[in-house]
Amino acid sequence: MLFRLFIPSNIFIYNTYRDYICCYFCPGFPVKIGTFINKQAFPVDMRIHLPNSAFLGNIDPVLRSFDTSDPSELEITANKKWISVHPVVLSMIASLGLKLGPSNIRCEKMEARSKHYLERMKLFSFLGVKSGIRITEHEPAGRFVPLTQIKKSDELTHFITEMVPLLHLEPKQAEPIRYVISELARNVLEHSQSEHGAILCAQYYKKSNIIRIGIADTGIGIKSSINVSHKAKTDLEAIKLALTPGITGTTRREGGTEYNAGAGLFFIKSIAKVNRDFFVIYSGNALYKLLKSSPETIKLYADPFRDRHSKDEKLPYWQGTIVGVDISLNATKKFSILLDLIRDIYIKALKERRKARYRRPRFI
Amino acid sequence: MKTIRLLKLVGSFAENKDIARDIRIKDIVPALEKEEDITLDFEGVESATQSFIHALISDLIRRYGIEVLDKIIFKNCNDTVKKIISIVADYMQETD
Repeated sequence: MLFRLFIPSNIFIYNTYRDYICCYFCPGFPVKIGTFINKQAFPVDMRIHLPNSAFLGNIDPVLRSFDTSDPSELEITANKKWISVHPVVLSMIASLGLKLGPSNIRCEKMEARSKHYLERMKLFSFLGVKSGIRITEHEPAGRFVPLTQIKKSDELTHFITEMVPLLHLEPKQAEPIRYVISELARNVLEHSQSEHGAILCAQYYKKSNIIRIGIADTGIGIKSSINVSHKAKTDLEAIKLALTPGITGTTRREGGTEYNAGAGLFFIKSIAKVNRDFFVIYSGNALYKLLKSSPETIKLYADPFRDRHSKDEKLPYWQGTIVGVDISLNATKKFSILLDLIRDIYIKALKERRKARYRRPRFI
Repeated sequence: MKTIRLLKLVGSFAENKDIARDIRIKDIVPALEKEEDITLDFEGVESATQSFIHALISDLIRRYGIEVLDKIIFKNCNDTVKKIISIVADYMQETD
């Protein structure tokens, strides 16, 4: 730990290669990056590996495996045989790519048979990297929304109008999807302060009949945003507040401001919960994952930690926020029924918080 | 009675909060100040987000009190839009 405190990085490093750094007063003694050297002090490049499979249920190892603590250079590698990843992974990489610029990105030549998918989703175009992958006109296009950058309110409205036909959805199916995308992207535009706005994409999976949506930003993150008005000590605590109905970073006042109510993420988590889908939110070092519930136990909670979930507070630091959602089209409950459930729990939560603020008379 | 037809302003999916805020400030508030009643006509609007409805009406409730709902008629709302309006009206009555 002494290294972290006393040795400036520009003197310290004289040789850097893939996984190890050597230092001048311990020549020849390699120190594995990410073990005990302070990563903030050394301009090590980030490395992201696109695995064979990464969806919301098994995304944790992917998030643990890459380091964004000093994002000066990005190296992208991939499984040689097959790459099948959730859109949220592509949104993450694309948003990092936008932040770094093409000159700081190294992307190995893709060999996997499914590499065309990355080209179709416009990953390489976002990264400014020539993939050399050609897509023939006769290949089936599938049902997907390629990576899209949204920086302004009007762009979002236009995007949602254009997006629904791309997914070939029935009106009942489109309702929760456009709802989720609108609320998530508006959160980014209003709270993230991200120079690059929101990066999102979506994909329909025929076999499972699920739409998977991913959105990422490289803004200030949930903790900084929520702490404008609250006092979250950790990233996970901030995520918890952001998922609680009626709590917004814009004010401490119940009911929010004239523009923000603090209900958007709660609605989205509720849509996923009722449909028994995954919902993942990752910001700073923390991740909250809503796990699938069994059909007989569907009940909404104002406190996200009462839902069946997993959490992690020791992930590599993501400067910004990432959200991934699955929406099963088989199970899509009628939206108006979901709204009844949301109303009940929302009002109950407000009543409980109001009661908690009661001051009791003191009798002696 | 002033009637505001939302479809041409917001499209079939009412989600743009900036437009909601503009409608409130430029159309609804001036009419209320003149003590006019207002009809918000949702004909053709298939759905709305809670954020849109919040930006449209929450500040009216806070500013004029819940009685403002006696001066506003929500016309041609489908089931979804009705429920979202009700959620916003309900939680605004539970807050200070």
